[in-house]
Amino acid sequence: MSLDTLSSEPPAYNFAYLDEQTKRMIRRAILKGIAIPGYQVPFASREMPMPYGWGTGGMQVTAAVIGPEDTLKVIDQGSDDTTNAVAIRRFFDRTAGVAMTTHTAEATVIQTRHRIPEEKLTDNQVLVFQVPIPEPLRFLEPRETETRKMHALSEYGLMHVKLYEDIARHGHIATSYAYPVMVEGRYVMDPSPTPKFDNPKMHKMAALQLFGAGREKRIYALPPHTEVVSLDFEDHPFSVQDWPDTACAMCGAEQVYFDEVILDDKGGRMFVCSDSDYCEARQAEGHFGAAHAHHQEAAE
Amino acid sequence: MNAQLTPAARDIPLLQVRGLTHFYGTHLGCRDVEFDVYPGEVLAIVGESGSGKSTLLNCLSTQIAPTEGAIHYRFRDGRWEDLCRMSEADQRVLLRTDWGFVHQNPRDGLRMGVSAGANVGERLMAIGNRHYGRIRDVATDWLGRVEIDPDRIDDDPRTFSGGMQQRLQIARNLVTAPRLVFMDEPTGGLDVSVQARLLDLIRRLVADLGLAIIIVTHDLAVARLLSDRIMVMKQGKVIEAGLTDQVLDDPHQPYTQLLVSSILQVGA
Repeated sequence: MSLDTLSSEPPAYNFAYLDEQTKRMIRRAILKGIAIPGYQVPFASREMPMPYGWGTGGMQVTAAVIGPEDTLKVIDQGSDDTTNAVAIRRFFDRTAGVAMTTHTAEATVIQTRHRIPEEKLTDNQVLVFQVPIPEPLRFLEPRETETRKMHALSEYGLMHVKLYEDIARHGHIATSYAYPVMVEGRYVMDPSPTPKFDNPKMHKMAALQLFGAGREKRIYALPPHTEVVSLDFEDHPFSVQDWPDTACAMCGAEQVYFDEVILDDKGGRMFVCSDSDYCEARQAEGHFGAAHAHHQEAAE
Repeated sequence: MNAQLTPAARDIPLLQVRGLTHFYGTHLGCRDVEFDVYPGEVLAIVGESGSGKSTLLNCLSTQIAPTEGAIHYRFRDGRWEDLCRMSEADQRVLLRTDWGFVHQNPRDGLRMGVSAGANVGERLMAIGNRHYGRIRDVATDWLGRVEIDPDRIDDDPRTFSGGMQQRLQIARNLVTAPRLVFMDEPTGGLDVSVQARLLDLIRRLVADLGLAIIIVTHDLAVARLLSDRIMVMKQGKVIEAGLTDQVLDDPHQPYTQLLVSSILQVGA
């Protein structure tokens, strides 16, 4: 039995859960982040009614920027219907009561755990990332005092040491997510845990991109049309994942980010769009993939 | 590659230290230290533990700011600057390009989590080298020069012996062709035969590259073998300085005499 049914009073929450003082504090951090693209702004992260690692940073950022007129979309791994996305959407449904959508184009605020939607975002949208570890240098230099100094002095040779190690061990740059980027030629930023497939989408994106790390108490931002360059070597240039000769089994899309779905224990598998809204929109437009055609035949 | 130091260049100091004093609160670290270091010269600082050697080395290498005094360094373009007045950003650039620092414990000077090749290549990447193949070629070359099998370029330094780790640390420091290298007890913790091999290697590199080295040690045998000049420290002060052979063969100060006479004379 929920509290709402016990009492006819509306829930004793402020709009979007956080109190207005907290939102102002977070907005100040966001503004500072926008003013210095890629710089990690410390903020007084609050306890959220959810464990760390479930997007508490992203939720606080969303709560601070969302208004009653906004339309919210929440995705986890590109999908609107996975646990994390459902939980966060429900949270904002109860505490803010804003309109919800799964359609990328209709949303004004999109909170995401990994992916950037396949559909191009526009200048009236805000993309909020949930970030577990904001510090790109963390695993090479554990001292926070030292990494802050390295950011301050723009000493980023160490970032290439990581990429060097990748090539030495695997023959190519094997980092496939949390791939470090240089923002406006100044700050190295971790877009974690976004797959590197989406790194080029960050570059000069029309929408505002905000990153919130709740446990680490950091906020950073990419204002619209910011230069975002993935780090690489001259003889090992940056490249994104690609799936040669693969099309989405449901909608037939190519050149998108795929999820691999295991179908049985005999090696059967299919690839489908990781972005569920993009996939559904394409099917609605009449694009179909191999598995969908197979279903149709079975139905008839 | 031989040191292209003209006689004239050798006559101009690289580093000038004047009135260097450091206090830890009220406790004395070192006091009124003055000396010059010339290009291609090895200067040994000896003394018992607690005599201020490491304080002095840390002041010189800008790890700590001295309470008083000045350290002037001559850059490649001939201009002089007071290290104590330089910005921290410039100090750090200096430390990873024109200088080297070899720690007593290789764990302090190496990145133990990345391969030997990455350890050697780090400074190159720090100064903007962005070509993997070339970085790797230089790293391979340097491993050979410090007598590490280039086949081990992708191995973790953890899997190296103590002597190899120390040589790797030296390679990592020398890859940007520094002019001045600080060494803090580089042979401490190594067994005698490995020590001898390392000393040979350092001597050869000094001769080949024309490096200036400031080496801190309590081992007079190391000082005798490596250094041109020696400074003896006691209770934070330099009590005796001069040519190594002169000081060690004819020590004036009672403390230096004690140090010299306490060397074990095997087979004497």
